[in-house]
Amino acid sequence: MSSPIRVLLAKVGLDGHDRGVKVVARTLRDAGMDVIYTGLHRTPEEVVYSAIQEDVDVLGISLLSGAHMTICPKIMKLLKEQGAEDTIVVVGGVVPDEDVAPLKEMGVKELLLQDTPPNQIVETLENLVAERGPR
Amino acid sequence: MELFERLLKGDLRAAGRLMSRAEAGAVEVRPTLGKIYKAAGKGHIVGLTGVPGSGKSTLVSKLVEAIREDGRKVGVIAIDPSSPFSGGSILGDRIRMSNLAMDDGVYIRSMATRGSTGGLARSALAAVDILDAAGFDIIIIETVGVGQDEVEIARASHSVLVVSAPGLGDDVQAIKAGILEIADIHVVSKCDRADANRTITDLKTMLAMGITVSMKNMNDKPLWQVPVVGTSSETGEGIRSLLETIDRHRDVHRSSALGPQRLRRIAEYRTFKTAEDLLRGRFFASTSERVAAMVERISRRELDPFTASDELMSNVAL
Repeated sequence: MSSPIRVLLAKVGLDGHDRGVKVVARTLRDAGMDVIYTGLHRTPEEVVYSAIQEDVDVLGISLLSGAHMTICPKIMKLLKEQGAEDTIVVVGGVVPDEDVAPLKEMGVKELLLQDTPPNQIVETLENLVAERGPR
Repeated sequence: MELFERLLKGDLRAAGRLMSRAEAGAVEVRPTLGKIYKAAGKGHIVGLTGVPGSGKSTLVSKLVEAIREDGRKVGVIAIDPSSPFSGGSILGDRIRMSNLAMDDGVYIRSMATRGSTGGLARSALAAVDILDAAGFDIIIIETVGVGQDEVEIARASHSVLVVSAPGLGDDVQAIKAGILEIADIHVVSKCDRADANRTITDLKTMLAMGITVSMKNMNDKPLWQVPVVGTSSETGEGIRSLLETIDRHRDVHRSSALGPQRLRRIAEYRTFKTAEDLLRGRFFASTSERVAAMVERISRRELDPFTASDELMSNVAL
C-alpha cells in the first residue's frame, strides 16, 4: 500500500485571489493527491507550522501579489529553523522572469507560473517527490 | 534518535512523520504503532460528529481555544472525504482553525477517509495514539460530515459529541435510529439563531422518551444522562459550558463502572478493525488480478458474484 502525495496549498499575505489555487487543488485531487488548503491571508509562520504538523511532501505557495521576494525567503528560513528542509517547496502564480533564479537559489524547487497546463503541475510534483525518495 | 523516543519527548515533527507512516500502512511501522499504543492511554478522546455544515470545524476551533485557556494541550484529527474516483482529497478543515496554527500546545492533522466508511479514516486511531503518547491531554476526532448511520466514532472515543444545527429536521428525525443514539453529549450549534430552541426541545424530548423506555422501575436513574448543550461559535455562548460537560462526562466514567466498560468496547473495536484492515489489504493484493479477469464475465451475467467470491476466498493467500 502506498500513500497519496500530501500537498499543502497556501495563500500567504495580502492576496485575495484564490481562484487559481482552487483550480490547482482540484487538479491535484483529481490526480489522487491529498490536498490541504489553508485558506487566504496566512502568515509564513502559520504556513510552516501547518506544513510540519501535516507532514506534507510538498508545500505549494500561491502568490499573485508580487510579494514573493519578501515572503519566500521567510518561509525557507523558517523551514530550515524547524528542521523541515526536506519539504519540497514550489511556487505558483505570477513571478517575473528575473526573480526565478534567485527563488531557486534560496531553495524553491520549481516555479509553476500562470501558463502551466494542469497535467504539467501534476507531473512536476510527482517527479519531485519521486526524486526525493521515501522518508 | 528513533522516532518513537523523540515522540515520547513530545517532538512534534516526529509525531507528524509517524502519522504519515501509519497512514501509508507499511508493514514495518506496525511494531512501532504497537509500542505507541502501549505508551498511550492518558489522553481523553473526544469524538465530534454531525451532518455536513452543522458547524463542526468552527466549534472545534472554539473548543480548542477554551481548552488552551486552561493550559491543557489539545490535538485535533480532522477528517474529510476522499474522492471515490481519484482517491485524492481536498482537506479544508484547517481553514476554520487558522487562528490556532502557531501554538505548540495545539496539534492539528487533516486526514482523508480513503474509501473507509463509517466517518473515520483508517489510521485516525493510530494518529490519536501518537498524540496521546506525545502528551496531549485531550484529543478531538472530527469525523467527516455524516449522514444518519456513520456511528464508528462511538466505538473509538471516550466522549461522543453529536452536533446538530437548527432547522435541519423535525421531531421525527430526532427519534430515528442511528447517529442521534450514539451521543454522550448533544450539541446544538448556531444557537444564536431563533429556531435553535426548537431543535434543543426536540432533542430533549427524544432523550426523555429514551429514559422512560429503558426504565425498569420508576427509581432507575442512569449514571449518565445525556445533556443537550447549545453553543454559538459566533458569540462564544455555551462553549465553556460544553467543555465543563465533557470534563464531567470524563469524570463520571473514570469513577464508575462505565469507564472500564467503555475501554473494553473500544479495545474490541480496535482489534477487529486492525485485523479487518490487514485482511482487506492482503485480500486485495492477492486477488485484484483475478477479479479483473472475472469482471467482464460477471458483467455479461455468465458468472455470478456469489460463485466468483467463493472461488476467490478459496484461493486467497491470507
